[in-house]
Amino acid sequence: MSASQAGAPAAPASAEQTHVHVTCPFCGLRCDDLEIARTGQALRVTRNGCDKAKAGFERPLTAALPRVAGRTVPLGEAIAAAAALIKAAKLPAYGGLATDVDGMRAIMSIADKSRGVVDHAFSEAQGRNIKVLQTSGYFMTTMTEARNRADLFIIASDVHTFHPRFFERVVCNEKSMFSETPPKRTIVFLGEGYDTSAAVGTRIGDVVTLNCPINRIGEVVSALRMLKKGAPLPADVIAGVAKAQIEDLLARCHKAEYGVVVWVPPGLDFPNADLTVHQICEFVKDLNVTQRFAGLSLGGNEGASTAASVCAWQSGYPLRVSFETGAPHYDPELYAIPQLIASKQTDCLVWLSSFTADLSPPATDIPTVVLGSHDLKLAKEPDVFIPVGTPGIDHRGQLVRCDSVVSLPLRDLGRSANLARTVDVLAAIEAAL
Amino acid sequence: MLIKFTGGKVYDPANGIDGQVRDIYVRDGRVVTPAASDRVHQEFNLSGKVVMAGGIDPHSHIGGGKVTIARMMLPEDHRGHEVARGDLTRSGCGYAVPSTLTAGYRYAEMGYTAAFEPAMLPVNARQAHMEMADTPMIDKGAYVMLGSDDYFLRLLAKGGHKEQIKDYIAWSMHAAQALAVKVVNPGGISAFKFNQRKLDLDEKHSFYGVTPRDIILTLGRSLQELGVPHPIHIHGCNLGVPGNKETTVSTIRAAEGTPIHLTHIQFHSYGTEGDMKFSSGAAEIAELINQHKNVSIDIGQILFGQTCTASGDSMRQYGNTKSAHPKKWVVMDIECDAGCGVVPMKYRDKSFVNALQWAIGLEMFLLVNDPWRIFLTTDHPNGAPFTTYPHLIRLLMDKTFRNEMLRRIHPGAQAASILGSITREYTLYEIAIMTRAGPAKSLGLKDRGHLGAGACADITVYEDNPDREVMFTTPAFVFKNGEMIVRNGKIVKVVTGDTHVVRPEYDRKHVEKPLKEYFESYHTVQMENFRLSDEEITAPGCGHAPGTCGCLVVHPTGART
Ligand code: SF4
Ligand SMILES: [Zn+2]
Ligand SMILES: [Zn+2]
Repeated sequence: MSASQAGAPAAPASAEQTHVHVTCPFCGLRCDDLEIARTGQALRVTRNGCDKAKAGFERPLTAALPRVAGRTVPLGEAIAAAAALIKAAKLPAYGGLATDVDGMRAIMSIADKSRGVVDHAFSEAQGRNIKVLQTSGYFMTTMTEARNRADLFIIASDVHTFHPRFFERVVCNEKSMFSETPPKRTIVFLGEGYDTSAAVGTRIGDVVTLNCPINRIGEVVSALRMLKKGAPLPADVIAGVAKAQIEDLLARCHKAEYGVVVWVPPGLDFPNADLTVHQICEFVKDLNVTQRFAGLSLGGNEGASTAASVCAWQSGYPLRVSFETGAPHYDPELYAIPQLIASKQTDCLVWLSSFTADLSPPATDIPTVVLGSHDLKLAKEPDVFIPVGTPGIDHRGQLVRCDSVVSLPLRDLGRSANLARTVDVLAAIEAAL
Repeated sequence: MLIKFTGGKVYDPANGIDGQVRDIYVRDGRVVTPAASDRVHQEFNLSGKVVMAGGIDPHSHIGGGKVTIARMMLPEDHRGHEVARGDLTRSGCGYAVPSTLTAGYRYAEMGYTAAFEPAMLPVNARQAHMEMADTPMIDKGAYVMLGSDDYFLRLLAKGGHKEQIKDYIAWSMHAAQALAVKVVNPGGISAFKFNQRKLDLDEKHSFYGVTPRDIILTLGRSLQELGVPHPIHIHGCNLGVPGNKETTVSTIRAAEGTPIHLTHIQFHSYGTEGDMKFSSGAAEIAELINQHKNVSIDIGQILFGQTCTASGDSMRQYGNTKSAHPKKWVVMDIECDAGCGVVPMKYRDKSFVNALQWAIGLEMFLLVNDPWRIFLTTDHPNGAPFTTYPHLIRLLMDKTFRNEMLRRIHPGAQAASILGSITREYTLYEIAIMTRAGPAKSLGLKDRGHLGAGACADITVYEDNPDREVMFTTPAFVFKNGEMIVRNGKIVKVVTGDTHVVRPEYDRKHVEKPLKEYFESYHTVQMENFRLSDEEITAPGCGHAPGTCGCLVVHPTGART
């Protein structure tokens, strides 16, 4: 048993300490089978992490200290300065929101008290699904279900780039619960420019690629729906895909015992992409009238699904939400922080980014408070910078997985005792308001 | 500090007190019998007022993924129902699916001090507890859903040893931090994943070959042998299907005396008579329940208006999507563990079916004789939001009011129901049983739901208003652990309630060896992370040291047999 499980104090700096069943916070899949060795402050992924995980865990800890106007200050002073900026603001905007459940709870509390706006850095992408949820809904599945059950995967985004272990864990797994000799799976890549290299192994049967521009996936799916209804297609080639290929895909769908369409909302990055998600979800519904099919939406990087879930259960609404009137108001367009900054409606930005070095605050001249990972890249020195621990490395926590059903515990790997927890920093700022 | 509650009319059925004027003393959050020499530090004169233990809702969907899906799906439920931040309280919103904080405040303002989430998927348990932790004021707990999870079905199909199954059930209760076990459309959620569209009590699951009857009996007997106080909490087969009263009758008979709880029985009491092929089965089922002392029920009363149904029953909820209002819905297959279906619903008094559903629920309430075996629920939010309880109580206590309401519904439904001929009116004593003493007893919460010495001082004080709806909407005072939290229906102090669990005995090593293998072969979560630790579920900021958190209450089980 590792020290972290036993709750024992950290071992001497030189000794190597191994942590098992570690949850990775670096993408929405939340793989929780990692093993991590720590020597002093250095972490090494020794089992099961992908390159993204390695890059996330193994970056060297830099000596970051709280700063006000670029000057190193004691934490208390930085907290007081942050509180003063928020207090003076008409409409503080809480953005980034790359944090764990407790961090997000603290954001909701301070945003409520300071009558601010909350918006995750990836709300735009997540909003593509939410719009569909709020207009027509969907039929979804989750990772373990797909891993054991699916015999057809339609991959409608560049899944492997966003989630490097998705194929390994959900598609290429050799064992399946429902058969000693599970059948080979058909993989259909719908869209062009994807990394298809992971679709290999004994479980993979036919691999089909329907090359269409990503922003025209919706047209192909709409054609599938028309064909299924017996309507004639308007053309022989739809979005670059021949009618015969679409017919072939529909036949494969009909043959499937359990088909799954996979997409990554941030991967569908073009105007009105919610309409593509809508077409996919309606196609899945059409099929379910007589057979079994489901959607599987990934994404959720940088704590996006955690932020949306906590915001929804505490305020009633998914992001984006304003507490300006004292009660929650929901408007996914109006309360977008980039928009609020551009239109000068917000006069104070509080940016929270505690996982990677890359989720930097947008360039702005308004007063800015950053609660960031020790090495967060900053284009410009913010008014206040407070380094915070990374949940799952510097302290324990919880995160919601991309499917918004499963959540995982994060372990304290004992890397640094000096980095404050976001929840404590925010509670102190709130108390000082 | 000794507090005296003087001269109220006390309704404390667990101690046989039926409206007698009594003084109640509280010290350190507990009801006590003071010595004659003890000095009273604070006194509340409750003369003329009605005193009961805090209300306990044994079946209310207040936490977990499907409720949050409903919240996200229905901004229209929240608009116009915003609640601004107060001096003490946080902001929130919602009518049928309120935000967690708002739900906690509303329960307390209505005199309730506990509510239990009845459908916690094991794999979603962590989130269910997070949401309950963010529900202030009230005590909470949850029933873990088993019976469509592949591990259980595999054990059952293999003819797994009885003790092995018991160990697994106990392990699941520990892992999910549960107070009880619920089964939802037994086996049906899994069968739906194999494209079965219905699963009757004796119909075989196409892959596992087991029937709902096998599943119910196995879970029911196992829980009894594990000494878990609450019997298997059954959401039966064929929810909402006309003619399902036959299934309900067969389920009661199938139990063969094993204790069972049939939840939201209103949705399972439909016949197929009449032109509309939809009729009330309440009389027949109530009669059977009166005869079978091993059966308890809650109603799942519907009340007219917009709400949202949220259930683990993906199979039947998929069937209900055709009635979705507004026209949107979510159905999910979940993790080889369970499923869910979220379907917004508007019950209309001018619809024959909805009106008769309303009447069926009330018939059932009034035809079951023993209030200790029937609990007041709307299956929040499935039949209606929990905030309609005061209205429902008035319907039960006031025959004139009830008949007035009856005259407003669809005339065909009026004609098809015997409701108008039922003269029974519930007494305050019976209401106190149904909303306090009964649920506490059934759940094994020995120190809740009553006001005897040693009880937790969760106390609600009402004005004795003849309009029972007004009376139960706005209590004069609510005390939690002896502290005043509500005065005249408004929150005066924000507190955090306890989480209640039971932990039946089991052989951990024995059960975890094959489980670990199973998780490693098939799952996307590690067994070690599937389990929910105590530190994860204790109230944030409660101030207790890890491992000694007083907010986590472990109730005793009987001896394992
Ligand atoms: S796939 Fe995602 S969660 Fe899994 S190890 Fe890689 S970055 Fe971490
Ligand atoms: Zn229910
Ligand atoms: Zn505590």
